[in-house]
Amino acid sequence: MDPRLNIIDKRLAGIKRLIAVSGGKGGIGKSLTASVLALTLSKMGYRVGLLDLDLSAPSTHVILGIKDVYPEEEKGIIPPEVHHIKFMSIVYFTRDNPAPLRGIDISNAMLELLAVTRWGSLDFLIVDTPPGIGDATMDVIRWLRRAEFLVMTTPSKVALETVKKVIKMLTELNVPIIGVIENMKMEKSSWVKHDLKEFNVSILGEIDFDITIEGSIGDVNKLLESDFAAIIKELVLKSSGFDLKT
Amino acid sequence: MHEWSLAEAVIATVIEESIKEGLEEITKIKIKIGELQQMDTEIFEFALNEIAKVQDVGLLLSEMRIEMETERAILKCGVCGKEWAFDETGLGEEEYEAVHFAPEVAHAYIRCPSCKSPDFEIVQGRGVLIDYIKGSGK
Repeated sequence: MDPRLNIIDKRLAGIKRLIAVSGGKGGIGKSLTASVLALTLSKMGYRVGLLDLDLSAPSTHVILGIKDVYPEEEKGIIPPEVHHIKFMSIVYFTRDNPAPLRGIDISNAMLELLAVTRWGSLDFLIVDTPPGIGDATMDVIRWLRRAEFLVMTTPSKVALETVKKVIKMLTELNVPIIGVIENMKMEKSSWVKHDLKEFNVSILGEIDFDITIEGSIGDVNKLLESDFAAIIKELVLKSSGFDLKT
Repeated sequence: MHEWSLAEAVIATVIEESIKEGLEEITKIKIKIGELQQMDTEIFEFALNEIAKVQDVGLLLSEMRIEMETERAILKCGVCGKEWAFDETGLGEEEYEAVHFAPEVAHAYIRCPSCKSPDFEIVQGRGVLIDYIKGSGK
């Protein structure tokens, strides 16, 4: 018997809402959205945690400029609070080294993080997931049973094709979907919205391709001042799925 | 103490499984501890006993004996098939600590001694598992 399975719900008990940021492909803005969403909610006064579950390619620490911090050990692991966000990532332990993990290792590492991390009380835990419907996403569905999904896509036929599969699977499993964000728009078009009409999902909005965003990576103040952050805030506030009090 | 959080998980599992099986008193549990997790077994046993003392779920745990067996960690390369033991890897203190928190992190620091690949599996001795729970019921 693996005892870790029986402690996850207790570890997450103090968290009001779990939001997993997902999508079909890499490079479509999942980690940036997860990071900026965490910052935005924190700025709005919510108690926020960010869990990077992209175990082979963690990047939220780079986006938020988090370095030289390490979790405290106190009857488990206490995630350090950086920029008012409780931040947890495997990068604390792997550092700059590549950690090539196969399926069972991904599940085991994720289970370990979930079993030993003591989040305390949070309004939101934002979870950055790797692309697609592989091990990590399936484990999020299996173990973070209250998770609601925020799905990212771009106006790319390739990205949308895979996103449809993510949406189909989440729908089939009755996993709540807050909505879809169309990121990196370079021209006016409505075909993504049109293509997603067959699914019962909210289209939260569109974010234009922001050529300046790279200059904000690693700098929280610049990130919060970016057009990207402004739109995320607007989408979050107006979305019935987030249901925030202004 | 990482040991404490895993001890909590063990007691939670003992309680859940015992309730499922209709047990009222637990007399013994056996836990297998994978070497890779590098648990401090004294702290772990202390934590198990302390956590068991404060449970209030109608299950008698006061006479529970705890047997622990450490399982040697064996790794096997997925490329060349070489098998080797974790204790032959000679990691530094910081690496040991990182592996203690999440044993899969071994993939960031260990390479196959034969072909240098990081693509290995943990054949045995990964982490904490409950081997069995003994007790009596109605």
